[in-house]
Amino acid sequence: MMQQDADRPLLVAEGLSKWYGGRLGCRDVSFAIYPGEVMAVVGESGSGKSTLLQMLSCQLDPSNGRVLYRTRDGATRDLATLGEAERRFLFRTDWGYVHQDPAAGLRMTVSAGANVGERLMAVGWRHYGHIRRTAGDWLGRVEIDDSRIDEAPASYSGGMRQRLQIARNLVTRPRLVFMDEPTGGLDVSVQARLLDLLRGLVAELSLAAIIVTHDLAVARLLSHRTMVMKGGDVIEIGLTDQVLEDPREAYTQLLVSSILPP
Amino acid sequence: MSAPVYNFAYLDEQTKRMIRRAILKAIAIPGYQVPFASREMPMPYGWGTGGVQVTAAIIGPDDVLKVIDQGSDDTTNAVSIRKFFAKTAGVRTTTRTDEATVIQTRHRIPETPLNERQVLVYQVPIPEPLRFLEPRETETRVMHALADYGVMHVKLYEDIARHGHIATTYAYPVKVDGRYVMDPSPTPKFDNPKMSKCAALQLFGAGREKRIYAIPPYTEVVSLDFEDHPFERYRYDGICALCGSNESFLDEVVVDDHGGRMFVCSDTDYCEHRRGSPANPRSDNTPHCRSAIR
Repeated sequence: MMQQDADRPLLVAEGLSKWYGGRLGCRDVSFAIYPGEVMAVVGESGSGKSTLLQMLSCQLDPSNGRVLYRTRDGATRDLATLGEAERRFLFRTDWGYVHQDPAAGLRMTVSAGANVGERLMAVGWRHYGHIRRTAGDWLGRVEIDDSRIDEAPASYSGGMRQRLQIARNLVTRPRLVFMDEPTGGLDVSVQARLLDLLRGLVAELSLAAIIVTHDLAVARLLSHRTMVMKGGDVIEIGLTDQVLEDPREAYTQLLVSSILPP
Repeated sequence: MSAPVYNFAYLDEQTKRMIRRAILKAIAIPGYQVPFASREMPMPYGWGTGGVQVTAAIIGPDDVLKVIDQGSDDTTNAVSIRKFFAKTAGVRTTTRTDEATVIQTRHRIPETPLNERQVLVYQVPIPEPLRFLEPRETETRVMHALADYGVMHVKLYEDIARHGHIATTYAYPVKVDGRYVMDPSPTPKFDNPKMSKCAALQLFGAGREKRIYAIPPYTEVVSLDFEDHPFERYRYDGICALCGSNESFLDEVVVDDHGGRMFVCSDTDYCEHRRGSPANPRSDNTPHCRSAIR
């Protein structure tokens, strides 16, 4: 049963396109992602990465194409046919969404414990002690000291906020996490630590993840597969090692060669 | 032209019909906030314009009106609203809870149990319980529609995390009839249990925000809480200095310039009744317990 589940794709995108009036967002994107698989979407600004991520996570309606998702009960559903209530439920149980700016994904004025506990309360947890203990566990897993559980994220550093946002998303054990530039805006040493943490969590929870990034190092460290976008089109998709070590397309070659040597 | 003549209870009949339609809808969907075309009233927002419009829409010539503000019959707000209806509708007014058929209130529910003949009208400043958690009105409407109320518990969680107990003492959120989460207006949480299974119809009017909502008689109203931090009534632990009640909600009253204070019932009618003072229902000028203690 488990084996069978792992063999079936978790999320399938079929011919996704988005036009903003006459301007192209992204065009004809198709791929499948399997349980436990991490895919990186790389490309320059304006290449349609964020548009794609928003369509995949139901925040933007595609102009063409559809997204299929296999829910926990095993049924594969077209996301466009889900009701608003089902969509919200999916978002707070089976999915996570890590924003580039932690302030967009956190409640900045309530304590870290409540930030992590919010999803639990939303799915019906009504025992304060249990919620708090679970929140404390998760803070520990993202390396935030337990003594800071009652502080608001406004008093946290940028790296801590990002880690808190990750804990808040993972507390309901989602199967799929969307990440939009999770390391953007962090300094290099904090980035390295965050990537290390993410890599551990992704492996431990066998999370599927779609990571949008312009940083090829992030793609290399975290992802199994990499998709390269340019001007709204997917120009190359393949195993990360393959794409980054032996790029086929001229643009990918340029992208790879523009990494500064360490 | 002679002096202006008001329509019965100030509002014109079309307006009253519009408000009654909103009230009927509110009763049909307990706890749901029904928008209505709130009118300007001859009083400032915050003084009970919503409550006054609801009262004007339901009051009839045979009704007996009681108005309380923080439990008291003799504060400015209560006195002027009572006078307003005595003048524009010519209805009988009273301070006695058991005599009134319509009770307009700000911040309290009378201690005396209400009966089926009575309607309790609340003045509501902020009808939206999710307001300070989610500022977008479009979003809160969707949250109500989908019963997406997890965030309500975030607020209670914060209370416990900061104070060790649920420190919300007024406007304590409730769930009406197992469906809508509702702000009971700024009544102390001491009064929340009285809302549940109440024999009287309870109507809530928010004038500035243009919303009416209702709790029909005998409807279950549950205060939100956690399993390990259940809802608790809060009452200052003491007895009323005037009537000796150890059950009523108490107000702290400063009596001199040297830090002297006393605790008295906030419900003046209840206090007076217990002290056995002669009933004097018709007059607005009867001294009540506030004035009696000076």
